[in-house]
Amino acid sequence: MKFGIVVFPGTWSEKDTHHAVNGVLGQDAEYVWHGDETLDKYDAIVLPGGFSYGDFLRCGAIASFSPVMEAVREFANKGGPVVGICNGFQVLCESGLLPGVLMQNDHLEFRCIWTDLKVENADTMFTSTATKGQTLHIPMSHGEGNYQADEATIEQLEGNGQVVFRYADAAGNVTPEINPNGSINNIAGIINERGNVMGMMPHPEKASEKLIGGDDGNVIFSSMIENIVATLA
Amino acid sequence: MPVTQETLDEIALSRDEYEAIIDRLGREPEPLELGLFGALWSEHCGYKHTKALLRTLPSASERLLVAPGAENAGVVDLGDGLAVCFKIESHNHPSAVEPFEGAATGVGGIIRDIFAMGARPIALLNSLRFGQPDDARTRYLLNGVIGGISSYGNCIGIPDVGGEIFFSDTYKGNPLVNAMCVGLIEDGKMASASAKEPGDLLMLVGADTGRDGIHGASGLASRSFEEQAEMRSAVQVGNPFLEKVLIEACIESLDLPGVVGLQDCGAAGITSAAIEMAERSGMGLKLIIDQVPRREEGMTPYEVMLSESQERMLLAVTPGMEGPVFDLFEKWDLDATVIGEFELGENVRIYDEGEEVSSTPVITLTDAPEYKFTGVKPQWLTDLQNADLSANPLPSESPVEILLKMLASPNIASRFPIYRQYDYHVQTNTVVEPGGDAAVLRLKGSKRGIAVSTDCNGRICYLDPEVGTAIAVAEACRNLSVTGALPVALTDGLNFGNPETPDVQFQLTESIAGMGRAADAFEIPIVSGNASLYNQSQGTDIFPTPIIGSLGLLEDVEKHVTAGFKSEGDVIVLLGTDAAWDDIDGLAGSEYLDLIHSKVEGQPKLDIDLEIRTQAVCRDAIEKGLVASGHDVSDGGLAVAITESAVIGEIGASITASPADRWDAAMFGETQSRIIISVPAENLSKIEELTKTANVPMIAIGTVGGDSLTFGDSISLPLADADDAWKNGFSRATAD
Repeated sequence: MKFGIVVFPGTWSEKDTHHAVNGVLGQDAEYVWHGDETLDKYDAIVLPGGFSYGDFLRCGAIASFSPVMEAVREFANKGGPVVGICNGFQVLCESGLLPGVLMQNDHLEFRCIWTDLKVENADTMFTSTATKGQTLHIPMSHGEGNYQADEATIEQLEGNGQVVFRYADAAGNVTPEINPNGSINNIAGIINERGNVMGMMPHPEKASEKLIGGDDGNVIFSSMIENIVATLA
Repeated sequence: MPVTQETLDEIALSRDEYEAIIDRLGREPEPLELGLFGALWSEHCGYKHTKALLRTLPSASERLLVAPGAENAGVVDLGDGLAVCFKIESHNHPSAVEPFEGAATGVGGIIRDIFAMGARPIALLNSLRFGQPDDARTRYLLNGVIGGISSYGNCIGIPDVGGEIFFSDTYKGNPLVNAMCVGLIEDGKMASASAKEPGDLLMLVGADTGRDGIHGASGLASRSFEEQAEMRSAVQVGNPFLEKVLIEACIESLDLPGVVGLQDCGAAGITSAAIEMAERSGMGLKLIIDQVPRREEGMTPYEVMLSESQERMLLAVTPGMEGPVFDLFEKWDLDATVIGEFELGENVRIYDEGEEVSSTPVITLTDAPEYKFTGVKPQWLTDLQNADLSANPLPSESPVEILLKMLASPNIASRFPIYRQYDYHVQTNTVVEPGGDAAVLRLKGSKRGIAVSTDCNGRICYLDPEVGTAIAVAEACRNLSVTGALPVALTDGLNFGNPETPDVQFQLTESIAGMGRAADAFEIPIVSGNASLYNQSQGTDIFPTPIIGSLGLLEDVEKHVTAGFKSEGDVIVLLGTDAAWDDIDGLAGSEYLDLIHSKVEGQPKLDIDLEIRTQAVCRDAIEKGLVASGHDVSDGGLAVAITESAVIGEIGASITASPADRWDAAMFGETQSRIIISVPAENLSKIEELTKTANVPMIAIGTVGGDSLTFGDSISLPLADADDAWKNGFSRATAD
């Protein structure tokens, strides 16, 4: 299968993502320029982390108007798998592909730390190789990852199993103390209703090998590969 | 018309230097030319007070692909087709005036130095000094500097993997902000900051030129400053997004056949960048100054030449081959403009609106005067060195109370509250994260890895600049060796006071001599350097602070070790001495003496041969797989080093011998050349053999295990108490 990894000016996680899906997991992967308008040749799209267009105005806001995001919208509407990581999650929210917003961390500081993510829903194409309740050790790195949405949206996300990951301790306890950025209900990642667009603040591509601290991030890409390869066969 | 003193002050040239310019030109310089001289003869660009001394430093090595000084940074071969370049740059005075932008643009500047070499920046480190954090303005500076580094570095996708921070009143009002960047050059794709042939075009890419930063090099960086507010406009404003795009575009441009040279625009802007390129190329240069894209209207040639607007680079491009270069920069939405051409001849000729406004020989401009001096040791220093350390009484508090105080000192406590604000994972090469002795990075596509660190103890350099700087070299290397990495190259960031005073001249002379002596002994080159002088506040010079950046090589990165203790029952071994605890001499310049007794005194010592043997045996043992953990004994002495290894490893330790009567010296003395390793019990005899063969003293001092720290019969504390003091000390000390 082939991943398309979108590159906006200011994106910096595209090479790390390429390394994870291609270098470590052996799948085809190509960079997609922000001016590109078709995504026909890809089986999945990754919007990686970084500071697209310098995050001027608001994180992800300018990127959401780029030509490639028109194509991503179309790709997603046809059921194509899209995952947004960190800035990519912000772009998905700004584009309306996912509900809610990512506000400045409640402590007002940038935060680069390892987090433990409790898998709340293992019945998605991004988490099927995990088990519900398991924790994944994956780093985060952001100043604006404080997920918020109106009450009705949160109710819907929670009721539909659209909350995929929550910040937890290593044992899986979801507590206010462990919340690294103020996200409502410790939400670290969500999925759309249809189940083909996921956004998450922590960086699975930065947890791709034991040598650099852990390889739990591969769970997300491996799940995608397994599910997509099955549909291609 | 004779020039006024006010004009000379503005560009920081002395009357004698002005006379020398007239002498060389055979006429009075035009105002524009005077600006060029002011910039190029500034301390920052011209190294007037340090050039002669720096020439004495060792620069030879089989690993060197580009010699220091030949380009913007020396290049070191790592094998496997990989090479690295690295350099430190200071942004002290801008950070004192405007901490956020000063620090941010310091990071931006050193990154440009590195990718100008064709290298992809793979790591940032920063070495910071502030006054004591109980002062509100110091906290404003601290938060601003950290915010600036965080904001710029995180946006640009280069991991910030290490560095140091140190607090002392000597830096109050004149913080030190030194940033180091490491770049990786793949497959010999190195860039040169020069043109190839006369006729080559000079192309300016990146940001427009504005009025920011005029006189940054001459004014801010090259003299002392008392009235800070009036210099604010000399601080530049950074745009990390633009720099990120510029990195990608410039590295990509080196694949185009027309691009023959790449140079960064840093201090003194186009003046320094373009004229240095002409000098390096051995050519003249015609600059068409009205072609430079401006940010604002009405800028004079003088302002354009001296602007330090950030995020600009210069390219040398073969004429007729500029089309694809324009296309590439357009793809990245960056401006690219031809602003001149290299030519046969010796002069830099500046044109504005079709008229030649200046023509000056390149060499006249770049050959700044050189001041030679020898230092005389001041009597006050001899008195400090001869102080009787045993005259300091034992504290009334208990050893445990003092240990907790030491662990909570802002100079010792965990720096996690700072570096969690920096992205240290991006690029996915970080094997050992910040917080250890050195950061370790893997090199993708190779088994090899590198370790990087910075080090300098200003207190010790103050007490003996020669020995202190040799110790800075030794420690910067020891930080690498305790991970298993072989030190292969050094860079320096010299931070000193006013070089026109005898004391600072003594410090500079001695410090560089000590650096050279130590680097020679380690047989490693100093590949690049930076000098920041006139660091003083309220008329007092700072402690001499020659920051040493070190780079080490791991043949097999998987074999590295980290600082934290690992397993119950491992034996704790002290390398480099056969005494379990330190003695009174170790208190010279120590954190303990400063923190508890408010004294900076004593004679620091270093046995460089012992140091080198100790590091070598440590690396050897790590390479053989005998070692579970390795940690340098430095600030805070042995008791602090053991506690750090225990807290980081989340496991207790028990040391057999009780500290002697002078338990303070025993526990907190900072005698050099000591390393603690922990080893599985079955490896102890092999360690004994190795050290015996290597003629390195050693002693097994205790065992790893439990949930408390025990030093002999009488001193014991729960690990949790040490953990709390060490982990929360920094936040408590710097809270408003």
